[in-house]
Order: sequence, then structure tokens, then C-alpha cells
Amino acid sequence: MRLLKEKAGRTVMFILTVLPTLLLVLMFFGLFRKSRAILALKSFGGLLFSSGWHPLRGEFGLFPFLIGTLWVTAVALVIAVPISLLMAVYLSEYAPRGFRDFAKPLIDLLSGIPSVIFGVWGVLVIVPLVGRIAPLFGRYSSGYSVLAGGIVLAVMIFPTIIHVALEVFSAIPFPLREASLSLGATRWETTRHVVLRKGSQGIIAACVLGLSRALGETMAVLMVVGNVPAAPKSVFDAGYPLPALIANNYGEILSVPLYDSALMLAALVLFIVVQTFNILARWFLVRAERRAE
Amino acid sequence: MNKRRLVERFWKALMIASTAVVIGCLLFIVVTVIWKGLPALSLSMITRIPKGGYYLGKEGGILNAILGSLYLALGATALACVLSLPVVIFLNVYCRKRSRLAELTRFSFDVLWGIPSIVYGAFGFVLMVYFGMRTSLLAGIVTVALLEVPIMSRAIDEVIKLVPRELKEASYSLGATRLETSLKVIIRQCLPGILTGILIAFGRGIGDAASVLFTAGFTDRIPTSLGQPAATLPLAIFFQLGTPFPEVRQRAYASAAILTILILFISVLARVLSRRYTKHVIR
Repeated sequence: MRLLKEKAGRTVMFILTVLPTLLLVLMFFGLFRKSRAILALKSFGGLLFSSGWHPLRGEFGLFPFLIGTLWVTAVALVIAVPISLLMAVYLSEYAPRGFRDFAKPLIDLLSGIPSVIFGVWGVLVIVPLVGRIAPLFGRYSSGYSVLAGGIVLAVMIFPTIIHVALEVFSAIPFPLREASLSLGATRWETTRHVVLRKGSQGIIAACVLGLSRALGETMAVLMVVGNVPAAPKSVFDAGYPLPALIANNYGEILSVPLYDSALMLAALVLFIVVQTFNILARWFLVRAERRAE
Repeated sequence: MNKRRLVERFWKALMIASTAVVIGCLLFIVVTVIWKGLPALSLSMITRIPKGGYYLGKEGGILNAILGSLYLALGATALACVLSLPVVIFLNVYCRKRSRLAELTRFSFDVLWGIPSIVYGAFGFVLMVYFGMRTSLLAGIVTVALLEVPIMSRAIDEVIKLVPRELKEASYSLGATRLETSLKVIIRQCLPGILTGILIAFGRGIGDAASVLFTAGFTDRIPTSLGQPAATLPLAIFFQLGTPFPEVRQRAYASAAILTILILFISVLARVLSRRYTKHVIR
């Protein structure tokens, strides 16, 4: 009886274990199946690089949305990468233990805040701020812009980058640091020549993971970025990233022909791009691990 | 020598500034949202459902969204638990140390964890259409559960990995099967960690908007069965903020404050629980 239970349990668990991998495959094919309807009519390249978005006339160019995504993500990375890396270095190399134990839960908390809350904060604080600083650069902006989206996104990906970077730094053996310090190097010199060099692969992985988080973030960006379907020319212009496009049009999804197919294609593109970056990051992490050993 | 010390000072100052920025942002967000929301918060907001014309500034509250979110997140978390606990146990108890299957599954979890919630939403929509369902609580629960599985599994996996081998071997040597060992020894040993993992996933589920946008729908009523659409708190915030009326926007701030307080409460609870339920843990 007990052995029977053991066998049954084992089989059930084994079946469930195959599920996550299967889910990945299923997701790809599900989205692909849905987007076939539009791919049958137009070429993939043509859809990606044409810029006309007129669903009622049957034009579904994804180009402005791709550019919008790139802009917002680039702004977010420019802000988030240096700040989060500096904080990670501070926490792992400089900060006293007590402060580290105090700061880590706060970072977890920041990563737990729902994206809608980030959006509300963006609308309340960042959007007016951007509206006010735009004239300083001789431009008018309503505040709902790529810059606002980038700033909000940057805050959202802080925890991701910090978390991974901290893990990478903590994997670097202490004797290496001690060797450097005993040669008379200052803390910063040790950090730069030992910690950062040894952890370089891991740091790249952290940034790539932050990047893929940023690419897919939806609600917060949607709320502050302005949503004008044209490629932005400066950071003060409104943009319209890909996830925002998908989220914003769910209402009309079944009323216009091919619309759902076009949106599923957008989701598929997002899926593939994010996936590529994720796998890339994992690869860097594995290499980093091997290097640290 | 002087220059080196100057460089040292410079970078240290920059690091402290960055740390201040990150922690400052967190405080800034929480304080702004609660500060803006509290004045608009009233008892009727959280005890009543929207009356006609609520989104034009008329009477009512967002009880439908609060309850809808709780139902959705509870259902999804329960489902995700059922799906992810056995997997994690299988990975740690049944698989050999460097087995292909375990590595592939962990890799899949990592990759799934990185997929944006809007893609889960789109996938949920595809599933929904495939099975001929309409937007409903059930569709929302399934989608959010899929979203929660990798988060929960990764968190629990980290804890179960740390179970000492001697503990397992002690159990085996008493004649327990692997299943009995898992259920009676490992789960008990890891209970605090498992609870924390579940609560993290629950918090993620309750706060996620993009995945339920397609699948759970939105309604002014409180759902009474799995087949009905359900409103969710994040979407309620989003829709209220989208209206041009100042009173309704005020309510969006109030709803945001409710959600923030809920999330803060959950993460404090996770911490307290993980401290308290350590009585069965053998160190």
C-alpha cells in the first residue's frame, strides 16, 4: 500500500514536472497559431518595419511601437544601470552588516510593489516634473513622454539588477579581496580591479535581466508614456511601446478583423525578444559561475 | 597618495548617493500614494459596490474590485501551490543531483519568470478562445496561476535545496518512503520558507493588472461563480485614473492607497510568519 502510494506520487509529480517546459513550448505555439492569420497575408518583415497603424484599413505596422519600446528601455537602462550597480557595490563591499540587513528587505519590498502603483506615482510625480523641465531644453512637453516612462521603468528595474549583482558579488571569494587589500590597494581599487573584473560576466547578466524586465513592463509605462502611435524623436515626445499597445486595445480585439491576430503577433514578438535576452543572461550567469569556481 | 584617497572618497560618495536614491524612491512612492489617497478614502469606498454612473463621479465604492482581486489571487495562489509544490519536491527528492530533467525544469522556471505579464495575458486569451470561454474569474485564475508558478517554485526551491542530506537519510533509514519523507519531514522543515514563497506569489498575483486585462474582464458586480467576470483592484485604479473627472481620479488615488497598504501588509506578514513558524525546524 505504501509502496503503491509512493509510485502514484512519483508518477503524478513527474508529470507535473514536465509541465513548465511544456508551458514554454505551448505559449510559443499558441501565440504563433493566432498570429498566423496575419502572417498569411503579409510578410513578417513588412509588418515589423512599416509604420502605418490603421487597424480599420487593415494596416498593422509595428515599427513605431518597436521604436517606442527601444527608446523607453534605453532611457530606463541609462538611469538604472549605474545607480543599481553602485548600490550593489556599496551593499556588498562597503556597507556595515546592519545596514545591509536593513536594505535588503526594502529592495524586496520595492520589487513587490504592483506596477499600477508605480504608474500612479509616475502620473502624480514624474509626469509633472518632466513637463516642467522640458522647457529648460527648449521643448514643450505635456509630461507624458518617453522620459517619464523611462524614469518610472528605471525605478522598477532597480531591484532586479541589484539583486542579481549582489548575488554575483557574494560569489566572489574573499581571499581575492584580502590579497588585493594587503598589497596596499584602497577599497575602491580592490573593487574595481578585483570585484568588478571578476564579476564582469555576472554584471552583464544582471543588466540584461533588467533589460528584459524593462522590455515587457506594461501598466506603469502605459500610464505615463503618452501612447501616440508614431516613432518619438526626442525623449520629451510621447511614445507607444509594444506592451502598451497590446494592453490598450484589448477592448476592440474581437470587433475588427485581423486585429486580434496583429496583437498576438505583437505579443509573440515580445515573447521572442524577451526570451532571447533571458537566455542570453542565463548563459552569462553560467559562465560567471564557472569563472568564480 | 592624496589623489588615491580623493578617488576613494568620490566613489564612496557616489555609492551612498545611489543607495539613497533607490531607498528614497521606495519611500517616495509609498508616501506619495498613501498621502494622496488617504484624504479620499472613506468607509463607503471599501464597503459598497459602484452605483450607476460611478465613473462619472456618482456614488459608490470599489468593494467589487477588492473582493474580485482577493478571490482571484486566492484561487490563483491555491492553484499555483498545487502545481508548483509537487514539482519542487520532485526536483529535490527524486531527481539526482545533476539530472537533465532537473536542470531543464529549473531553466524553464527561470525563463518563465522573466516573461512579461502581458504575454501571460495574451496567452491566457489564446487559451480562453481555444476553449470557447468568455472573460471570467476562472480564466483570470488560470492565467494568474501560470504567472505565479515560476515565482513560487523558485522561492520554494531555494529553501528546499537547503534541507540537510542527513535529515533525509535519517528518515529513509527509519523505513520511510520518499513520499513520506517529503510530506512529513521536508515540508515541515521548510514550512516558513514555503509560506514566504506563497505569500510573495500572492502579492504578485493581487497586484498584477496586465495579465487579467484580457482574461478576468471587468464588472461592477461582485462575482458569485467562477464563470462570471470579476473586477480587480489594479484595473479599477487604472480605469478610474483614466477618467477626466477630478473626483473619480481622487478615488483612483484612494484605491491605490488601499492596494499599497495591502501589499505592505502582505510583505510584513511574510516576514513575521517566516520568523514564527520555525518551531518544527531542526537546525
